Parts: sequence; structure tokens; C-alpha cells
Amino acid sequence: MNGESRSHTLVAMVADHPGVLTRVASMFRRRGFNIASLAVGNCEEPGYSRMTIEVRGTDDEVKQFEKQLYKLVEVITVRDLTDVSAVQTETALVRVRVSAADRPVLADIAGIFHGEIVDVGRDSMIVQITGVSETIDRFLDVIAEYGIDELTRTGVVAMARGSKASRNGSARG
Amino acid sequence: MTASESNGSTNGAVPARSGGQVICEAILAEGIDVIFGMPGGASLPFYDSLYHYQDRIRHVLARHEQGAGFAANGYARATGKVGVATSTSGPGATNLVTSMANDHMDSVPVVYITGQVARPAIGSDAFQETDITGISIPITKHNYLVMHADELPRVMAEAFYLAKSGRPGPVVVDVPKDVFLEETTVPAPDRVNLRGYRPVRAGNLKMVRRAAEVINASERPMIMAGHGVDISGAAPELFELATSGNIPVVTTLHGVGGFPETHPLSFGMLGMHGLAYANFAMGETDCIIGLGVRFDDRAVGKVDEFGPNAKVVHIDVDPAEIGKVLDTEVPIVGDLKLTLQALMPLIEHRERRPWIGQLNEWRENHPSLDIPDSPDTVLPQEVVRSIYDASGGDARVIADVGQNQMWASQHFWYEKPRRFFSAGGLGPMGYALPAAMGVQMGAPGEPVWCVTGDGGLLINIQEFNTLAAEKIPVKVAILNNAHLGMIRQWQQFFYEGRYMGAFLDNPDFAKVAEAFGLRGVSVSSRDELHTAIADAHAYDGPVVLDVHVDRVENVYPMIVPGTGVRSVIEDPR
Ligand SMILES: Cc1ncc(C[n+]2csc(CCOP(=O)(O)OP(=O)(O)O)c2C)c(N)n1
Ligand SMILES: [Mg+2]
Repeated sequence: MNGESRSHTLVAMVADHPGVLTRVASMFRRRGFNIASLAVGNCEEPGYSRMTIEVRGTDDEVKQFEKQLYKLVEVITVRDLTDVSAVQTETALVRVRVSAADRPVLADIAGIFHGEIVDVGRDSMIVQITGVSETIDRFLDVIAEYGIDELTRTGVVAMARGSKASRNGSARG
Repeated sequence: MTASESNGSTNGAVPARSGGQVICEAILAEGIDVIFGMPGGASLPFYDSLYHYQDRIRHVLARHEQGAGFAANGYARATGKVGVATSTSGPGATNLVTSMANDHMDSVPVVYITGQVARPAIGSDAFQETDITGISIPITKHNYLVMHADELPRVMAEAFYLAKSGRPGPVVVDVPKDVFLEETTVPAPDRVNLRGYRPVRAGNLKMVRRAAEVINASERPMIMAGHGVDISGAAPELFELATSGNIPVVTTLHGVGGFPETHPLSFGMLGMHGLAYANFAMGETDCIIGLGVRFDDRAVGKVDEFGPNAKVVHIDVDPAEIGKVLDTEVPIVGDLKLTLQALMPLIEHRERRPWIGQLNEWRENHPSLDIPDSPDTVLPQEVVRSIYDASGGDARVIADVGQNQMWASQHFWYEKPRRFFSAGGLGPMGYALPAAMGVQMGAPGEPVWCVTGDGGLLINIQEFNTLAAEKIPVKVAILNNAHLGMIRQWQQFFYEGRYMGAFLDNPDFAKVAEAFGLRGVSVSSRDELHTAIADAHAYDGPVVLDVHVDRVENVYPMIVPGTGVRSVIEDPR
């Protein structure tokens, strides 16, 4: 049971009950899975939520993770979108330290990354940037020299391309 | 309101029942007639309901909630029904935690009804408030905190269904004190509908055909049968598969009895203290047929030496167990009984003379179960053998944890499923006595023997009181070696005899038993042993035999952890 460790993106539809997040988180921790990000929110069906989970591991490890996740009674479906064509996106808010003089340069860089300046302070500004995680990583890398005061990322949300909804996927076998 | 006013109808509104009454009705609807528990403030309203149902639901007052939980486990394992244990909030509920973890590891269906503080007090650190649903998440199959009596009919139906279906396990239903009292007119549902939970029935037919091809082509197949045989009631199918295909069988600790152990095709139990030849077989087989097993590390040892040249066919109801430990050639997710019914007709009878010959030769040359001579002391193995002889092999045996557990599994030949019970997954000392209580309640009139170590007995010895008060005729055989024997053995083998915390300064257990109102007998010679066991077997009440056995006897064979099935240490004598 080996293979290379890489990042997987899983999408799960779960019942919107109190405690579901605890159950999912408890299972992650107990089985030693390393969660890179987790995003939860409403989905198209009332009473249910959709979670997007980024987890690192070998294919076998993530398969096991998927099965354990599916075993939770309140988890309706699980689908691994890593090797299927999918839209993946994430948003970050970054407060960058910046003097008035440097503002235009930073605005330029943000523009190149399709970021938006959503707030400007006396010696800082907040950039909102949305895209695949790698783009956000690169943006952060480029602006690092200015000094990042505060950073918050939503975690990835993902959806398979085409007309098949993720609630049809599952990890039954 | 009395029990007779309750209503079994499932259509439309029904007369108002209290939450407590809804629970009693749900227990009855499951065909359960005994529950185990200890009351407390938060569960008193439930006990008031039980008061009205006492003609139909027997409540056994355990003397510790852990005892109630283990007893419910024993009841479930003996009957195939769901066990029920109940406690109050806070300390009552936390005392059940070990039992929940034990059910979870061993896939045993138990529903726990725990009292909780009243709804307005939840979250306020009220007296005896503990977040038992939070605590029990990783050790239960599922759990509920019921915030309205209207939810209870559905929750109870779901709890029983979840506990017993698919891979069974424990379910906690935490009920605030005022929800026990609240009335509801919501009827019990006709059936359970859980969108995220659809246990698989028969395995995929294409896979079943592949399994048959692999098995038919194998020269050295080995069936490895586990707890799933018991759980799905697949012993007849397993027998058919093994005998019609001429395929030898080994079992895990929990598979013991799933295949008759005196049958020529039975090669006993494998694993750390399994029989040498059972383990050799797993080293050389070319096809492992895993039936209702999870390839636990105590059974498998070093994975690389476990069937290194074998193709693996694995049938289990839990998809997460398949491929977890071994690379699996033919994975089949399904109920074992149904899947074997589909597989059996496709299996060809093959002679496999060289393989069966080899297995028998190993059995001949590595006897594993010979009891050495011991002129001065009674050996613990002899106690188990004596119970076997006195009962004609037809007793239910519940083992505790430690050396006694291994001897109880080895020195008795179990011919039927649900005859040997042991807490194999969690291994909690103190299991045997309360579990035996539950087994006896589930199998009234049958001989039930609790085989326990002296250390393990002390962990739940308060249940002597329950045996006496409820007149539960369990026979207790204490393998009294004045040690935490398994600890002593490990310190001898792996810590060069630096014994630390291994010695027990025991009370006179026969006198202790007498003080509890039980018949207590002290045994220290071979002659006394056979008489005492025969007498106990013939007696219709509870008996405690304090058997002073050799203090330093070790369990053999043994596979040292981290080594494989080929490096078995056999008895040096
Ligand atoms: C609750 C609990 N505590 C500790 C252990 C660790 N342990 C495993 S076997 C054993 C010794 C058991 O001694 P005894 O009950 O006398 O049985 P013996 O091995 O002597 O037959 C211990 C302490 C355990 N399994 N369960
Ligand atoms: Mg002992």
C-alpha cells in the first residue's frame, strides 16, 4: 500500500444537523488524516450542506478516508474530484502593508492576478483575490516583500464540470 | 398512563405517550425482554416508565454502569438481538464509555439510553451534566441528543436499525430529563429511511464469479473466518463452502465456533496466540478467503509474512475494511450469508492432497494444545479442559482478558457459533463477569461459564451482587495465578524479568463470593478441580470456583509482536 502523497479534493454532501462538523473533524483527527482546508456551506437542497475537503495523502490513504467519511450516517455522498475535470476556486483576503508611494505598484500586481482592492488604510490595503489555490499562492509570494499583515483564506470549493451533480457520487465500494 | 394504553399502530396520530413510554414501546417492538442499567436523577422519569412495563421488560440492576454495558453486549452476542443499557447523566454516562468503545471495536449492537439534564440546563455546566454525545462520537456508530419527544419514535427506530444492520455497533440515545416526561402523539415510523445509510446486501455477482475462479484455481486455499460469520448467521453457509469445496478453515478469536473445531478441515485459531499450524498455513497459502474479518494486527502479525504469495478474496459488509490492511485481489462488499449463498454453487470440489497433507503434518508435529505434566500444580489449561469435559463441549464460555482469554479460546473445542465470547478488539479487563450475566439472560437454562483472571475479576467484582440478587446461574472459574499473568509473561519475555506491577495480593475469592451470597469453592488440586467443576455444572445457581493454578504458566504458542506467522514460539517443554 504505497504510492505518492498528493493533494486530493473531496466533495461531500452532509445532513445539516448540529454536530456533523464535529463528527467529520473527529474522524479526521482520530485516523490521522491531514486536512489542508475544509469549506462548508448551504447547498441546493434545504436541510443539507456541502463540504469541500482538501486532504493530502496517497491514493490508497485517501480512498480509506473517503470510505470512513461515507460511513458517517449523516454523510450522504462523497466524491473525489482530484482526477475528474472540476472547477476549483478559493478566495483570500490579504492585508498588505504599503506606503502611499507603493500603492500603485501593488494595485498593478493585484490587477494582474485579477485581485480587487476592497479597502485602503493609511499604510495598508486589503486585496481580495479569487482563483485556484496556486494562483493565490503565487500572488502571496509576489507581494511577500511588502509585508503581509493579515491573511485569511476560505479554503477550496469545488464542483465537477458537466451536468452530473456531486450528490450522485458516493464511496460505496 | 399504563402500558396497556400504548398503541402499536403506525398510521396517523396515536394517543399521547411520554418520552419514556415511547422508549419502552420501542424496546418491546425489538423483541427485547431484558435491559441492564442503573438509575439516577436525570433518568428517573424513564425508570418511572419502566415501572409500568416491568411485566414485559425485565430491568437488571447492575452494580456499575460498565457492568450494565458489558451485560448488554453479552445479551446481544448470545441472542443476535440488540442489547440495551441505561444510565443517568454525567457519571452514569461516562461509566458506560468503556463499554461503548468495546461494542464499537467488536461490532456489537447495543443501544444506550442515557439520561441528560433537562433542556433548559443543557450547556450550563449543570449538576451531572456531561456531553456524552460529544464524548462518544469516535466510539459509537452513531448517537443522538433528543431535544423533543416528537423525535423519539423516529430516533428509537433509527437507533435499533443502525445498531443491528450493516456492520453492527453501539448507538447512544441521550434524552434530557424533561423529554422523558414530555408527551407526543407522533407514531413509531413504519420503516427507517436514512438517506446516508444504505447497508449493502448481497455482494456484486461479477465479483462473486471472480472469487470463485480464484478459489477454484488455488492449490493452497485457506478460509479465514471472523466475527462476521456469527453476525450474519453464516455458519451453515461457511460449513457448506468449506466441506463441499474441501477448503481448510482457520478462525480469528471472534470467529471461534463459526466452523466446528473438531472437523478435520478446522485448523483452529490463528494469530498471536493462535495454533502454530494455523499460522504456518497463513504463511504458505496461495489464496486467503477472508470471511467477515478485518485482518486485525493481533491476527495477522507482520503483514509481509502473511500470505506473501496469496491472492486475497475478502468478503465483508464494511467497505472501509476492504483493502485497509492487505492488497485485495477480489474485494466483495456484502452481507456474508447472502454472498456465500451466491458463491457456494460456483465452488468446485478439489482434492488438494499435497496442501491438506502438509497442514495435517504440521498439526501432527506442532501439537500446540498438549498440556504438559505438572505434578505439583494445577495448570490453567486444565481448568478450561475440565469445563469442556464436564459440559460435553456444549456450554457458553465467556473469557476475560489476558492469559485466561487465550486458554479459554484454545482448550475448548467450540462447535457452534455464539458459544465463545471475548472482548477481542478493545480488550477491557472486567468484561467476562458482566458479559456472562448478559449471555445467561439471553440463553436461560443453558450452561454459562465465565472464565476469568484474578485481576480482571476484581475490575467488575461488584457484579457478584447482581448474580446473587437476580439469581443468574453463571458459573465463574477464576484462573487464579496471583498475577496479572499476561503482564508477567510479557515482562518475562521482553523486559528480562523485571516484574513491575504484575503481582496480585488476592483476597480469598471463595469467601468473597460467600459474602455476596454466592456459592464459593476454593480449589487447589487436580482432584478437587474435576469434582468442583462437575458439581458446579450440575448446580442450578451461581457458583464461584477460585482455582489456584500454577502462578507462572505462560501462554503458547506465541508470535512476538513485529514478527510474522512463521516465527511462532512454541512451548519449550
Ligand atoms: C482495563 C484494562 N486495564 C489494563 C489492561 C492491560 N492488561 C492486559 S492483560 C492484563 C493482565 C490480566 O490479568 P488477569 O486478569 O489476572 O489475567 P491473566 O493474564 O493472569 O489470566 C492487563 C493488566 C487491560 N487489558 N484492560
Ligand atoms: Mg491472573
